[in-house]
Amino acid sequence: MARSRPEPVQVVKQRRDAALRALVTGVPYARFLGVDFDRRGDELTGVMNFNEKLIGNPFLPALHGGATAAFLEVTAIITLGWSQLWPDIETGALDPKEMAVGNLPRLPKTIDFTVDYLRSGLPRDAYARATVSRSGRRYASVHVAAWQDHHDKLFAQATGHFLMPQPAAAPDRGA
Amino acid sequence: MIDKVKFARQFIEAIPHASALGLELTEIGDGRAVITMPYSDHLIGDPETGVIHGGAVSAMMDTCCGAAVMSHPSAPGATATIDLRIDYMRAATPGQRLTTTADCYHVTRNVAFVRVFTVDDDTDRPVATAAGAFTVEQR
Repeated sequence: MARSRPEPVQVVKQRRDAALRALVTGVPYARFLGVDFDRRGDELTGVMNFNEKLIGNPFLPALHGGATAAFLEVTAIITLGWSQLWPDIETGALDPKEMAVGNLPRLPKTIDFTVDYLRSGLPRDAYARATVSRSGRRYASVHVAAWQDHHDKLFAQATGHFLMPQPAAAPDRGA
Repeated sequence: MIDKVKFARQFIEAIPHASALGLELTEIGDGRAVITMPYSDHLIGDPETGVIHGGAVSAMMDTCCGAAVMSHPSAPGATATIDLRIDYMRAATPGQRLTTTADCYHVTRNVAFVRVFTVDDDTDRPVATAAGAFTVEQR
């Protein structure tokens, strides 16, 4: 049997980007922080675009520790949710058009989140990448690292545990 | 005492991120601080339920811890977060104001230790708690 032809690159890209955009813009708080995501294949990088209102210490000046924590948490949740949704986005089971009009899948919920502040955040853009250390049916453990000018000079990192969204009530399995 | 509260309130309001979140300091002194945050649409994490994003709660608790450290009798000049561990107990009820109370229970020459908890209108069931370590900057 002949293999079906792979989809054209722009179709694949368009579908993935639309799904990601719907997922991120569905979180009003991410917009408030000015957080968006770069995508390379399935790899995501969170970007917190600098804005005056993210300042916590006007004298240094430095980013607010709370803004940093929130950025890391948003990156962890979106990356974890994205990795869980990826197979359905690829098969087309999840329709980005439906997502864009607000029919969004549930995102994981934070159980706990521990932030390590390594150096003060400078008044400029910040980047973060999350790694899903383990993702089970109910719980997931995620590590996230954030940097500004140099990728190997992290200014904060965090580990968190998350409750995975449970699939809608299991379909009737029959008697 | 009133002046101290007034000063601290102005200090918190001068923090751009704190005022962007709408934080209001209601009590401060002896290593204890209370901050409230009104419910607002731009803080929502889940549009379907209107529940506030955990990150906003973290930011509020981090600010409150810093205020508690600075109000401690062995008061450091300034402080910065070393680490903060947040536990989320339940979703904050949409539409309700959050209140967070921080207690700076121990200060060494270099480190201040803080506990903090957040509630909404139902003050018996915490929304989130956190424990943190903060730097003590010598004056």
